[in-house]
Amino acid sequence: MTFDETLNLLASISLLLGAFLSVAAGIGLVRFPDALSRMHAATKPQILGLIFVVLAIALESREWATLLLVIPIVLFQMLTAPISAHMVGRAGYRTGNFSKETLVVDELEDAVNRASTDAADSRRGTDDARA
Amino acid sequence: MNVVFIVTSVLFTIAALLTVYRIVRGPSILDRMIASDVLLTTLMLVVGAEMVYNGHTRTIPLMVVLASTAIFATIAVARYVSKQDRVPTQATLADPGTLADPGPGTGEEATP
Repeated sequence: MTFDETLNLLASISLLLGAFLSVAAGIGLVRFPDALSRMHAATKPQILGLIFVVLAIALESREWATLLLVIPIVLFQMLTAPISAHMVGRAGYRTGNFSKETLVVDELEDAVNRASTDAADSRRGTDDARA
Repeated sequence: MNVVFIVTSVLFTIAALLTVYRIVRGPSILDRMIASDVLLTTLMLVVGAEMVYNGHTRTIPLMVVLASTAIFATIAVARYVSKQDRVPTQATLADPGTLADPGPGTGEEATP
């Protein structure tokens, strides 16, 4: 097997792995019970699947310029995917879009309850002052 | 390479159809947002796979732009999800105590 054939084979395997992760995310989105566990499935193609496909592009083109062009894709995705996941997870928890029995430990509950009580107290305080 | 082309195309199609199913079914806006995020990621992977099949690198800028701007829609929606967007599930209908207590509030304000 020549060097070129080996690289082609590696590119094909990377593509197949990326496509497999994409399908895994789709199945997870359909099968998982609530928004927070669906987020877990959704992150698989976002980073690892993209890395596999980008690797396939680099292996197929075999130029340093392509590698330089392709690195920012993974970099930007790694910068932005956690932020959006954080926002969705936060909104999902605060609005109760999850089922409580799927959690083992809920360490956030106390903090959120305390913050809500504080906000309610301060609101009541201003009402009293006005009255 | 031809077999790989067919197999990956089928896999990407299945993935896209499953995410579209989740976008249509919901039930909450967050589920739809997560699914549309995955659909956009699948689109990025398809654009990359097409470059591998046809042996060119012309659509790499498209992938860079998609990777850096996909965040905006998610943040915009997640920022303005409010408590009244919660969809009652079977568990909530049977026993309201199983879901997380939304806490005090009128239910009209967005999440802080």
